[in-house]
Amino acid sequence: MTDTLDSGPVLAADGRPLKASLNRALRRQKMRSMMLIAPLLIFIMFTFVIPIGQMLFRSVENQIVSDVLPTTTQMLHDWDASTGERPSEDVFAALTKDMMVAVEKKEHTRLGSRLNYETTGISSLFRKTGRRVDDMGEVYTEQFTALDPTWENPVFWADLVALPDAAAALPQTLAAYASFSDTIISEDGDDPREEQPWNTVYLSLYQDLSAASAADLSALPAEVGVAQAAVGGFETQNLGDAFTKIDKDWSSVEVWETIHTYSPDFTNGYFLNSIDRQKTADGSEWRGEQQQIYLTLFVRTLIMSMTITISCILLGYPVAWLLANLPMRTANLLMILVLLPFWTSLLVRTSAWKVLLQQQGVINDIVVWLGLVADDNRLALINNATGTIIAMTHILLPFMILPLYSVMKTVPPTYVRAAKSLGATNWTAFWRVYFPQSVPGIGAGSILVFILSIGYYITPEIVGGTKGVFISNRIAYHISSSLNWGLAAALGSILLAVVMLLYWAYDRIVGIDNVKLGG
Amino acid sequence: MKLTTTLLASTAMTLASSVAFADGHMANEMTIVSWGGAYSASQQAAYHDPYAANTGVTIVNDESSAEAVAKLRAMNEAGNVTWDVVDVVASDAIRLCDEGLALEIDVDTQLADGDDGSKASDDFGDLLVSDCFIPQIVYSTTAGYRTDLVGDTAPTTICAFFDTDMYPGKRSLEKRPINNMEWALLCDGVAKDDVYDVLETEEGQAQAFAKLDTIKDDVVWWSAGADTPQLLADGEVVMGTTYNGRLFSLIEEQKQPVAMLWDAQVFDLDGWIIPAGLSPEREARALDYIMFATDTQRLADQAKYISYGPARASSAPLVGKHATLGIDMAQHMPTDPANATNTFLYNYEWWADYRDDLDAKFQAWLAQ
Amino acid sequence: MSNTGNDGAFVEFERVQKSYDGENLVVKDLNLSMPKGEFLTMLGPSGSGKTTCLMMLAGFETATHGEIRLDGVSINHIPPHKRGIGMVFQNYALFPHMTVAENLSFPLEVRKMGKSEREEKVMRALGMVQMQDFAGRRPTQLSGGQQQRIALARALVFEPELVLMDEPLGALDKQLRETLQFEITNLAHQLGITVVYVTHDQTEALTMSDRVAVFDDGRIQQLAPPDELYEAPQNSFVAQFIGENNTLEGVVKEIKGNTCIVQLDNGDIIDAIPVNVTAVGERTKVSIRPERVEFDKGRLQADAHTLKAEVLEFIYMGDIFRTRLRVAGMDDFVIKSRNAPDQTRLVPGQQIEIGWLPEDCRALDA
Repeated sequence: MTDTLDSGPVLAADGRPLKASLNRALRRQKMRSMMLIAPLLIFIMFTFVIPIGQMLFRSVENQIVSDVLPTTTQMLHDWDASTGERPSEDVFAALTKDMMVAVEKKEHTRLGSRLNYETTGISSLFRKTGRRVDDMGEVYTEQFTALDPTWENPVFWADLVALPDAAAALPQTLAAYASFSDTIISEDGDDPREEQPWNTVYLSLYQDLSAASAADLSALPAEVGVAQAAVGGFETQNLGDAFTKIDKDWSSVEVWETIHTYSPDFTNGYFLNSIDRQKTADGSEWRGEQQQIYLTLFVRTLIMSMTITISCILLGYPVAWLLANLPMRTANLLMILVLLPFWTSLLVRTSAWKVLLQQQGVINDIVVWLGLVADDNRLALINNATGTIIAMTHILLPFMILPLYSVMKTVPPTYVRAAKSLGATNWTAFWRVYFPQSVPGIGAGSILVFILSIGYYITPEIVGGTKGVFISNRIAYHISSSLNWGLAAALGSILLAVVMLLYWAYDRIVGIDNVKLGG
Repeated sequence: MKLTTTLLASTAMTLASSVAFADGHMANEMTIVSWGGAYSASQQAAYHDPYAANTGVTIVNDESSAEAVAKLRAMNEAGNVTWDVVDVVASDAIRLCDEGLALEIDVDTQLADGDDGSKASDDFGDLLVSDCFIPQIVYSTTAGYRTDLVGDTAPTTICAFFDTDMYPGKRSLEKRPINNMEWALLCDGVAKDDVYDVLETEEGQAQAFAKLDTIKDDVVWWSAGADTPQLLADGEVVMGTTYNGRLFSLIEEQKQPVAMLWDAQVFDLDGWIIPAGLSPEREARALDYIMFATDTQRLADQAKYISYGPARASSAPLVGKHATLGIDMAQHMPTDPANATNTFLYNYEWWADYRDDLDAKFQAWLAQ
Repeated sequence: MSNTGNDGAFVEFERVQKSYDGENLVVKDLNLSMPKGEFLTMLGPSGSGKTTCLMMLAGFETATHGEIRLDGVSINHIPPHKRGIGMVFQNYALFPHMTVAENLSFPLEVRKMGKSEREEKVMRALGMVQMQDFAGRRPTQLSGGQQQRIALARALVFEPELVLMDEPLGALDKQLRETLQFEITNLAHQLGITVVYVTHDQTEALTMSDRVAVFDDGRIQQLAPPDELYEAPQNSFVAQFIGENNTLEGVVKEIKGNTCIVQLDNGDIIDAIPVNVTAVGERTKVSIRPERVEFDKGRLQADAHTLKAEVLEFIYMGDIFRTRLRVAGMDDFVIKSRNAPDQTRLVPGQQIEIGWLPEDCRALDA
């Protein structure tokens, strides 16, 4: 030890620095243990970390709006909702083109469902519009083809857009044609040289020609010049009115505001919804009182989970103590009884609870027979919060008993004896000496029970009625019924954060090293 | 180092097997998803068994219809659809179709014509509520009551649910806004044709909730179809709503003192969809199965096992007696003229829009 | 309460029996009486009933039959916490969630003692075991020896008159044990407390105690001061159990007053004192301590009987030599001789004759 003081780094036998040698030896050891756990690690990565990560990502992800309506959302940037006016004709033209592609790709209904979570009615608005959008701009198609039948010819079109000068002269037409050809190739496997372009292409052509000067078009086929001369006299279509004719909601500022608000690729809208607020153009506001539910449910979930945890402690502690102190044979038998709930199916348990707890059930029959309550005033023990607490306490009791038992098993009986020999009464010996040593078991059991009960949703659904359901029931509903996975993910993330927060608080108050699952 | 080698090998195997599972579908096997219980049994007898006998295809049953929409979406995102044909209610079919998760069907070319020569689109008629949906049965959400617990005057209208003076005791209703909101308005004096127009407004929704408020303390809310029959059998409730087939078996098979209250029954549809994204062979086989299982005779056959009405008009005359009870089934069908004197039409399109909003409001109302 | 005990007896067991299962007696008819201030050790193999006796005295087990008296008062029905007996446990049983000072303060707290008085007593008790500097530590931060000292201090802090110790040094290394043995006895005598000490280590028992009770099979085999126990064991169990011992089996040939002649099974004749043999012809186990065996004929009485022996093994052990012999057909006869300059070192294979003083050879029960 002394030579570290006077010389430089200590050297190993082979002359390398001792530290480096040690590190190398340790690294090899670490590599080996890494390889030992690799199968589990990979398993967890694929079955747990990645899916949960994806799920959490959904709580902010919102690309569907800008994916399905790329130009519309871009054009909508400059729209000011506060004017109370629907967006300009340019926006409706962009909407026509975006919708045409979306309908072909069958994406518009998905977008409709997505936006319907925010504003009721958008689902059917998009579905209805989808059926009629291919008529939009037909008036231009008819006028172009009336002017010159060449405009009907797919080959003429394909050649026109391939010309090097077309890009500068007819930018919108080219973009619309590209959407058209890409879509029919990918969706239907058709050849653009055999299909007449969509009305949106003619609409774009009309827009381009109206804006262009004759000089710009000089390098293009003569038909273009002729058409350009004619468009000034074309009958026009007010697209805004046309959409409004399909559904009056297209003139509603609220609908456009929703599209505008949810244009960005990422949104905090789901999180706002999760705390009973809603996203508005400039910030957020509380939802109407009759729609507020999530905060209530979060609070209820936490309070009821704590109640369940406390009931489990009260019921489980004596049982665990008995288990830890009885002779092995009796204890094993008792342990089987404790574990029995694990072995029965949920269906059996549910029926058992109903038979026991319902108003015409066994418990009520007994208390009525004993004269404790009147026959017409039977206790409500199920389909309410009481039912949830009873059933969940029953299910989760083993999760409290097992860690308590294994911790109590490690508390030697001599401690209590020592306390008694020192003059403590039975109660003092228990409270001052035995109980503090079983606290790690209570901690572990409580964390287990609390976290499990926060996540339970089947049991509350079955026995909880209306007042005994948890936030997890809403998460399950949004996952499997409403398909609002973004909201479910946001609710789940908040729940996760709350659990982490409680865990942190527990660590600060009790200390996490004070948690033991056993010896 | 041998151990390490083994471990590395097993790691590789884990990866490989998860990839290998990706398309573990056997060549001559198809997975059909339905609801389980007596309903699946009726499909097994009426459709699966004869189809398997004709074609040699092995049919694997999966009872996941309740979570079908979510699972299909998850499968679609994972790019590995393992189901071939899925039995869903019409509203789910609309949702799946909207999400692009179900295959669109060309009714007249891909479904069989009726026995009476009618085209499929005419035979199914109005029941074709979505481009992806192939109707199978008409069922109704309707009410039943305990004959021994309602006093001398048996209830005759759905409004008995809201009359706690005349019929004291608990009643069971489904824990969702659909149907309950409509019934509340009907019993609050709104004309049948105006129900959805009224429900579209804030005031109309408030009116429906106010009506439901009058019985809120007397309601046991159910979420599984088996709940109400059980509650009725135990005498926990005096009346309750559920699917008509459940009440049929409670009354006719279990002989409980319960009677049907067909008034204002809400027709709903159940049928097939084919998931989008199947390989061409599997899609062709699924279509072949659908063509067979929804023809006139097959739909009529199913009614021998369960009291749900066949979705084709041409099947109605073929409905016979119950396979084991020997009862004439026609009079137990929700569509039977005697039962259908006052029916309510469920508006799919409307609910597709309002479901998210009203469900949130309904849950908030329940929690108050 | 009536004083029914013997005068001067502080702890008394009278006809105490204990059974756990109702079939077997763990403690059979125990009678014991010890005066105030005595240091008594209960020594015996495991399962001999010594710990059960201690637990009955502490109040953690109830006697099935008989009476236990403390200072003349029957304590059979007094719960442990009212007996006022200090106790040191095998694994110290220091409360892990309390500091050293809190551990010591605990018995004073439950006696509702004031804070300043408590602190003073705690520091005094810590002083007795030289552990004042550790008051704020947790038990897990202490070494085994330190924990033992704290356990001792805790048992003494509320000034009990009787202290029970249940194999308190069992988990310590040899050197530490010896130091603590010394400290414990010193402390006990200094404070004038009565100590009942349980151990299975005979050296510990011999070095520490005023009297030792040797337990076997639920009974006290012998209750005597250490020297008497070693030199005059009353039966072959005690002889075997205490110290090293050579046993030869044979038949009593003749009894003359306080000597007898025993014929060993191979026919050899030896002298012995009859301890619990009474009649000629009785089988006996003759016990001789290894250090009392002589092989130098000059040191034996002229008429002493001697036995032929063959040296099998010679072990040099520093202060002594240990030699294993074949005697009377047995291969495990051991003799010990002091390592002195004039001492003979025996060589394996050597034929010698051995003998002893008749009073060192005790004819015991077979």
